[in-house]
Amino acid sequence: MSNPILSVRGLTKSYQMGETTVHALRGVDFDIYPSEFLAISGPSGSGKSTLMNILGCLDLPTSGKYLLDGHEVQSLDRDALSRLRNRNLGFVFQSFNLLPRTTALENVELPLLYRHDISSAEIREHAMQALAAVGLAERAGHYPNQLSGGQQQRVAIARSMVNDPVLILADEPTGNLDTRTSLEIMDLFQRLNSRNITVLLVTHEPDIAAFTGRQVFVRDGRIVRDIPTPQRLSARAELDKLPPTSTEELI
Amino acid sequence: MRFSALFRIALRSLSRNKLRSFLTMLGIVIGVAAVIAMLAVGQGARASVEKSIASLGSNVLIISPGAFNQSGIRLEAGSGTRFTEDDAEAIRRESDAILYITPLARAGVQLKAGGQNWRTNIYGVYPEYLLIRQWNVASGVAFASSDEKSAAKVCLIGRTIADNLFGAGTDPVGQTIRVKNVPMRIIGLLESKGQNALGQDQDDIVIAPFSSVLHKVLGGTYAQSFFASAVSTEAISTASMQAEDALRRRMKTPEGTASEFTIRTQTDIAQAATATSQTLTILLASIAAISLLVGGIGIMNIMLVSVTERTREIGIRLAVGALGGDILLQFLVEALVISFMGGLLGIVFGVSTSMFLSSTQGWAVKISPVSIFVAFGFSAATGIFFGWYPARKAARLNPIEALRYE
Ligand SMILES: Nc1ncnc2c1ncn2[C@@H]1O[C@H](COP(=O)(O)OP(=O)(O)OP(=O)(O)O)[C@@H](O)[C@H]1O
Ligand SMILES: [Mg+2]
Repeated sequence: MSNPILSVRGLTKSYQMGETTVHALRGVDFDIYPSEFLAISGPSGSGKSTLMNILGCLDLPTSGKYLLDGHEVQSLDRDALSRLRNRNLGFVFQSFNLLPRTTALENVELPLLYRHDISSAEIREHAMQALAAVGLAERAGHYPNQLSGGQQQRVAIARSMVNDPVLILADEPTGNLDTRTSLEIMDLFQRLNSRNITVLLVTHEPDIAAFTGRQVFVRDGRIVRDIPTPQRLSARAELDKLPPTSTEELI
Repeated sequence: MRFSALFRIALRSLSRNKLRSFLTMLGIVIGVAAVIAMLAVGQGARASVEKSIASLGSNVLIISPGAFNQSGIRLEAGSGTRFTEDDAEAIRRESDAILYITPLARAGVQLKAGGQNWRTNIYGVYPEYLLIRQWNVASGVAFASSDEKSAAKVCLIGRTIADNLFGAGTDPVGQTIRVKNVPMRIIGLLESKGQNALGQDQDDIVIAPFSSVLHKVLGGTYAQSFFASAVSTEAISTASMQAEDALRRRMKTPEGTASEFTIRTQTDIAQAATATSQTLTILLASIAAISLLVGGIGIMNIMLVSVTERTREIGIRLAVGALGGDILLQFLVEALVISFMGGLLGIVFGVSTSMFLSSTQGWAVKISPVSIFVAFGFSAATGIFFGWYPARKAARLNPIEALRYE
């Protein structure tokens, strides 16, 4: 097996809330290998988002080691973490987190704007390619409030992949979406993954986790189970099984 | 991030809240306009004071009876001190630093010419008076020593009198005016001098030989003061000391007692006037600077609001890889755009206010390019200074907390 792109050992995170200490993570060890598609599941408050934030270099662990693509993350400063997020990671959030009053294309360009080694023309070209990859090329000039939730999330996915990251992190990306749109998003992730992009997903819905290749269960700040998905589903196939939408019926 | 991109982001976020941005800018506009207009008024006042002091003559000394303090306030009445022509002669003889000296007899008089009346001051002086004051005749001739000796009934008049008695722009030379019913022939028209440092019209004047005024118009033998000039600017203080010694000797003032007369030099007057106008300029500039400061506080206030409102945007930018410096620059550029645009508008507004004041109020204003640069520089500095804290606050936000911010 190849080297892991990400590897954590003895990761803990605790929050001091006045007198009490909240132990969100109590020692997490695991590795992610290139081209994996994995889901982290677990009950609410088990520490999924906390783990995600640390893996996403948005937060630092209280203790433990984190190696990402050769970088010792726990010893990096603020700006080094920013650079690492910019060049190695992509984020997809439950609430989309697109910049308002900014077009879809400009939202996708955002990570590229903070690179200093590429021209405006290249920025535009990369962003257009990413938008085309999520099927929204013709919506490039639309503002987020002119797009549906699913379309907004696809713009966010385009933004997360525009910089060719080693890993895309998605925290409940389908949490705000209906079944059909969720399946479309999962289909998109599956297609990205088939192009060897590594994707890490947080979800508490077993249906969604079933589309990934590996399932990690977290409880009380620890990994309690880490298994390959027994019967991996295809989001495309599930979409085809859905009854046609009412609009389609009308046509 | 490229500067052009930062600039675009700044413009976009400012145009999102047009009214708010405009009001913030207004603070700077008013501040910069105030700085420019106030400096223009202050410097204009100073320039006109300097001009009127120069119009006094060159290296002038004024010797008057009685003791005065430095600002020209009489401390004690002349206590019977009277100046005579002989005193002037003594000063001339004993002070080699003095070039010219003339006694001066002044009186308010009623003038009559044709059917017109005019109240003015008549000055009885030696012909040297015009040399001391560097005053030329615009037409006709000045009177001569012979006129002084013969107490000739001749006079020179200023432009204001000529205009009022004979009609604007006419040449009065050759006409006769009655001064307190004494007919005097006008032999010359004085060049116009404009206002003096006190705002008095220097062209509202009749100048005649000292002896004529004393004997034909007033009746008496005393001069009210002496006007003198030093041989050079450097010699003014020597001239002043020599004149003082000479007069004290003549008046037999005992050693150690104060002189019963006062000598003021053009330098003293200039210094006092310059100090006054400088105080004025500083006062006006401070008022203006305070309004710029208030404008700056407005920028800071709005930038803090903007940072809070856009916490989530900052979180997104940090998440996709913005460095602290990128965020800092983004908000700083925004503050700078406000202050620059405010500065530019302020220049337009300040210059037009100055011109308006000068054309409608007749104020002497002087817009110097330096004051424009200073005002603009200050507005930019205000933007950086007051934009810095909010920008740094934005740059230091924690990405997760910013992303979670509702
Ligand atoms: N900033 C914080 N300050 C204090 N406690 C925190 C903070 N963030 C998380 N926690 C605590 O850490 C624990 C794990 O939280 P986390 O958000 O990781 O849970 P989660 O698994 O993502 O839950 P959910 O499924 O509801 O999103 C919780 O007990 C939570 O209260
Ligand atoms: Mg969570």
